[in-house]
Amino acid sequence: MVSIEDYGNFETAWCPGCGNFGILKAIKQALVNLGRSPHEVLVASGIGQSSKTPHYLNCNGFNGLHGRSLPPATGAKIANHELTVIAVTGDGDCYGEGGNHFLHTVRRNPDITMIVHDNQIYGLTKGQASPTSEIGMKTKVQTHGVFNMPLNPLSLAISLDCSFVARGYAGKVSHLTSLIEKAIEHKGLSLVDVLQPCVSFNKLNTFKWYSERVYEMEDTGYELNNRVKAFEKSMEWGEKIPLGVFYVNEKPTFGDYLDVLRSGPLYKNKPAPEKVNDLIDGFV
Amino acid sequence: MNIDLNIKVGGAAGQGLQTTGMALAKTLKKSGFHVFATQYYLSRVRGGHNTFKIRISDSPIAAMTESVDLLLALDSQSIDKHLSEVKDGVVVVDADVVKVNSSSESIFHVPMLEIAKDVCGDKIYSNSVSMGAVIGLLCLDMSDLEEILKASFKKKGEEIIQKNINAARAGYDHVKEHYPGGCKFSVSDPGEKENMMLISGNEAVGLGALAAGVQFLSAYPMTPSTGVMTYVAANADKFNAVVEQAEDELAALNMVLGASYAGARSMTTTSGGGFALMAEALGLAGMTETPAVIFLCQRPGPATGLPTMTEQGDLQFVLTAAQGEFPRCILAPGTPEECFYLTAEAFNIADKYQIPVFVLSDQYLADSLFTSKRFDPSKITVERHLLSDSELRTKKEEYKRYKLTPLGISPRALPGQEGVLVLSDSDEHDEFGHICEDAENRIKMNDKRMKKLEVLRDEISVAKVYGNPNASTSLIGWGSTYGPLAEVVDILTAKGKSVNLIHFTHIHPLPVEATKKLLSKAKKTVCVENNSTCQFSRHLKLEADVKITENILRFDGEPFSPEFIIAALKEKEVI
Repeated sequence: MVSIEDYGNFETAWCPGCGNFGILKAIKQALVNLGRSPHEVLVASGIGQSSKTPHYLNCNGFNGLHGRSLPPATGAKIANHELTVIAVTGDGDCYGEGGNHFLHTVRRNPDITMIVHDNQIYGLTKGQASPTSEIGMKTKVQTHGVFNMPLNPLSLAISLDCSFVARGYAGKVSHLTSLIEKAIEHKGLSLVDVLQPCVSFNKLNTFKWYSERVYEMEDTGYELNNRVKAFEKSMEWGEKIPLGVFYVNEKPTFGDYLDVLRSGPLYKNKPAPEKVNDLIDGFV
Repeated sequence: MNIDLNIKVGGAAGQGLQTTGMALAKTLKKSGFHVFATQYYLSRVRGGHNTFKIRISDSPIAAMTESVDLLLALDSQSIDKHLSEVKDGVVVVDADVVKVNSSSESIFHVPMLEIAKDVCGDKIYSNSVSMGAVIGLLCLDMSDLEEILKASFKKKGEEIIQKNINAARAGYDHVKEHYPGGCKFSVSDPGEKENMMLISGNEAVGLGALAAGVQFLSAYPMTPSTGVMTYVAANADKFNAVVEQAEDELAALNMVLGASYAGARSMTTTSGGGFALMAEALGLAGMTETPAVIFLCQRPGPATGLPTMTEQGDLQFVLTAAQGEFPRCILAPGTPEECFYLTAEAFNIADKYQIPVFVLSDQYLADSLFTSKRFDPSKITVERHLLSDSELRTKKEEYKRYKLTPLGISPRALPGQEGVLVLSDSDEHDEFGHICEDAENRIKMNDKRMKKLEVLRDEISVAKVYGNPNASTSLIGWGSTYGPLAEVVDILTAKGKSVNLIHFTHIHPLPVEATKKLLSKAKKTVCVENNSTCQFSRHLKLEADVKITENILRFDGEPFSPEFIIAALKEKEVI
């Protein structure tokens, strides 16, 4: 039996009251609920406060470069598809610096779970606008207020036919835990965008602000595999902010297209230099 | 060298130039000649003026000379541009199709289109007519060309094969009947047919990677590197490998590192511009100590530069790319044989030292066709340096991915192995891989990483000497200049000059003492490089404190020819 203690208990570099704590707890609980042992799990991340997560989880970790959580996660999943691969990233890391990887990883559809700590601000660099910051938000850089349109990650993912799209909230840990469980169990790329207050730098989107707006749409009879309706739902933002699974489309994953993986993990295949002789014959 | 003859095929892109050139090169190699072929092409799919040049000899050759004996002109630019290169040769042209502006006596009209229509009822067979004409002018037997045509058109069926053979025979017969010079260009069949390959540098790198057991290749297409990616992709299923075209070069090398971290032998392929985007991930490989092989095929820069031409202009960039200090290894093959064995060696070095290793090539080596001794895959060993499951079971202490050891190399386990957790980090980290900003730890970790470079330096191969080891003048080259430089040594030695070649394939780290010793023998040292700033000379000076007496440089997009080097040596009064 796997227990929550197996995933460790580390001192963190996060601010007291940070939304990251709720997300970390939900990740651990989801992995325990699914019975995954730490050695079977890989958490890949980029750079940012969220991307320190691999250091606070007792499992395999690849803490890479800013914006680049997805490519190493994809590579690792190809090399060893028996690993449960989770990419932990943030709104700046994933939607800004790594935006192109996000688009193309959705297209590629590897069996990976993405957890995006979306606090609508840059925390690690101390409070500049992120791709999801709201119009009008003033920062030390955006001194006249943000005027670039915020990116809607859910609409973007649904428009690309991402195979699993959900939104959670760091203030609702048990709901978030169940979303992460579903996302991990889903075969294909799953996006869990997590609304997360930044207590130090985002004075606009606070715990109070979110708590007054979010609601769980599981109770509303919402259907999961209608892409157009999901797109429409993903645009609901303001007085009411829906949480839950927006869209599911079961389709072949990247790995399903690779016949070579049928016999076992790629990295276990034995090299055979002598087989090259057949190819050499073609040049003689 | 009794036979030394150059054939040039010129035409617009899309005219079947490559098909004709390849078929002729294969035919001549099959007949037992040493064949060397280069393509000159512009960055376009249709039009422009391109050439395919084939040199044949009865001795090993790995360079192109500048004269032309036989010019097959498929467009009028071929005559306008290259007639002056044809000194005592022949220009084969279909004057019914190509406008001929010259009245040179070298021009020999072969009505290829008319023959194709007469014999096969279709003008598309005129390329085969031209091949037959060339073989006829060389007074060779038709049988080898027929075999090559059979193989080339195998998929198209018996009728198409026969029509192409008939067209080629008609071209051959036409020449026999009408060429006034008779067998002026006759070459005798040297007969050495066994175990020689006709292969390009890119194909040889691909073969080397497959032999070494590459399991994952991710890259973004970029001329002139793409050939390796496509070669591995074409054979990936047979060799249990996965090839994924990345969205950009950032993703390519990052994906490679993720796959390598999880245990797959992984590589990427790129050229200078793409590598510029990979620089950050190169540092990630250095910091996380993740093995990776980077095939970097140079072309002239900066920026987009000359996409289809050649240069050795990226050496200093590759030596220093990425922020911070970390060990890397650079190998630069000079022939397809070296491409094959060094690519395999690159994987072993990457795995043993857990560092990024470059195979540094260029357009000239990548695209030229060389006649090479058959590669021997039994010489290739695959050394992974990974902890086995049973080794891990008997381990007493908790696994540390970055354990400090005397050689700086930490035993490597993989994520997913029971009993260990593997944490890799781009931040400075402690032995477990956790972020650590402590000064003492920083020094230890930096020392650990850099120590690996010194250990590698002790085991890396020293440059090879071609020619008289005690010559008074040493030509110094690295990578793809091997062919032209070796030929210069042959030519000058035959004339009684005391010249040798010191050919570097292991560029970084350099074995300092051995290199110093090697370069201190000759009175004069002349470094020959395809760049404008003496990049390798500077590397020798910095790493081994060796002073080069002269530099010969070329940076017009063209490779060196023996004539070019000899002219430069004369100009600098070295010979």
